[in-house]
Amino acid sequence: MMNNAVEIRDLHVVRGRHTVLEHLDLAIGGGVTGLLGPSGCGKSTLMRCLVGVQRIADGSVEVFGKPAGSAPLRDRVGYVTQAVSVYDDLTVAENLRFFARVLGAGRDHVDRAVASVDLEEYADDVVGRLSGGQRSRASLAVALLGEPELLVLDEPTVGLDPVLREELWTLFHQLADSGVAVFVSSHVMDEAERCDRLLLMREGRIIADGSPDDIKQRAGVDDVEAAFLAIVRQDRGDAS
Amino acid sequence: MNLRITLAVAHRVLIQLRRDKRTMAMLLVLPCVLISLLWWIYEDANPMLFDSIGPALLAIFPVIVMFLVTSVTTLRERSSGTLERLLAMPMGKLDFLVGYAIAFGLVAAVQSVLAVGVSVGLLGLDVVGPLWLLTVVAVVDAILGSALGLFVSAFAQTEFQAVQFMPAIIIPQLLLCGLLVPRDAMPPFLEAISDVLPLSYAVDAMQHLTTSTSTGQVWQDVAVVAAFAVGGLALGAATLRRRTD
Ligand SMILES: Nc1ncnc2c1ncn2[C@@H]1O[C@H](COP(=O)(O)OP(=O)(O)O)[C@@H](O)[C@H]1O
Ligand SMILES: [Mg+2]
Repeated sequence: MMNNAVEIRDLHVVRGRHTVLEHLDLAIGGGVTGLLGPSGCGKSTLMRCLVGVQRIADGSVEVFGKPAGSAPLRDRVGYVTQAVSVYDDLTVAENLRFFARVLGAGRDHVDRAVASVDLEEYADDVVGRLSGGQRSRASLAVALLGEPELLVLDEPTVGLDPVLREELWTLFHQLADSGVAVFVSSHVMDEAERCDRLLLMREGRIIADGSPDDIKQRAGVDDVEAAFLAIVRQDRGDAS
Repeated sequence: MNLRITLAVAHRVLIQLRRDKRTMAMLLVLPCVLISLLWWIYEDANPMLFDSIGPALLAIFPVIVMFLVTSVTTLRERSSGTLERLLAMPMGKLDFLVGYAIAFGLVAAVQSVLAVGVSVGLLGLDVVGPLWLLTVVAVVDAILGSALGLFVSAFAQTEFQAVQFMPAIIIPQLLLCGLLVPRDAMPPFLEAISDVLPLSYAVDAMQHLTTSTSTGQVWQDVAVVAAFAVGGLALGAATLRRRTD
């Protein structure tokens, strides 16, 4: 078997008064892996664990065989936070040049990243004056700098127009084909079809894991949203 | 620490400042305007007082202005997610802190050259000691202000709260630093408190410089201010957590 990019064992995370993740075991390999679930189910928390910025109560998270967030991983993992995390008062190009210098990536990376997210026309515009979708693409471009081997993307396509979303999913697959492990979250069920592997999450637990077709087939329905509902219903039945 | 990353941070902060015209004006023009105003107030009543208060202001401006700017900008980094993103990258805490200190130190140097130029050149402030040392003192003061601002930004949730630390942390130092009453003329209890506040030493250094050619005492005061600044940066580093709840 190919080595997994991510190995999570018995992960336990408490945020404030709430236990967000409980006894989570998960391995993530190559291809595009989608993490889908309703808002508040713990997607961002799980992604923060992968990049090592979330305090964890118990368990372990390993990326490429090393503890998540450890120094040798920090230029091998690209991360897009859910909030747009670029500087509003800098231009797109200035933002990218700054992050590229932090990562030690060359100028050519900056041009390529701008092109990947289709922002060439806006490269010299101040981010604060761009539209929501353009700003989130600028934030996504930062994660593409420095040829990361794992991409952790927290709802990168929210609020984008359908054509652009289509283009970004194509980009994710291109990256995956070139060997990058792509882990992407969404709360919009219709994006599920674009994933090679799908993880459905609810209240901090992975309730389904497989290809979109498998999951639909097992639930006996023909769209992912219906499958999600069926699985939740079955889950409740089992619990009572 | 990594020099490339540290300089990248400093460069980025300077680009941000350059773009923000109003903040630039506050940093560079406002101190000159205020010090001129002070000179004008005393012109008829008591011109001698300007010579004793002017130097104190040259020490106080960098601390106040850098405190404000740093507390708000680092709070913004914390709440916008850029800090989280940077800490997930090969960015050391020291790279981040020292990068900020370099950028604001540079701005403070320009600020002090302008304020000293106006005070000495236009307003006739008497400075007996070397002028360049005034700038050194101002830069160290500015780094002190930045360090304090960085530290308090960890305890604020909003920019509004961050600004509220200004009266709580800076004004008491302002009252006790010798600006209003010479420190040795204060009640002993207050004098003892003023002895442990960094701004007192910043003001002392400036006052020594304007009245005496010997620089030994000035360097001593600068060392105390620098020690506070380093302590503030260390506390600030402790509030920069890679992992948060
Ligand atoms: N900053 C925070 N402090 C405390 N609790 C939080 C914080 N952010 C999120 N939570 C809690 O963690 C849970 C999961 O949140 P999150 O991982 O952001 O979900 P998702 O990304 O799926 O919308 C939420 O229900 C919330 O109660
Ligand atoms: Mg989220």
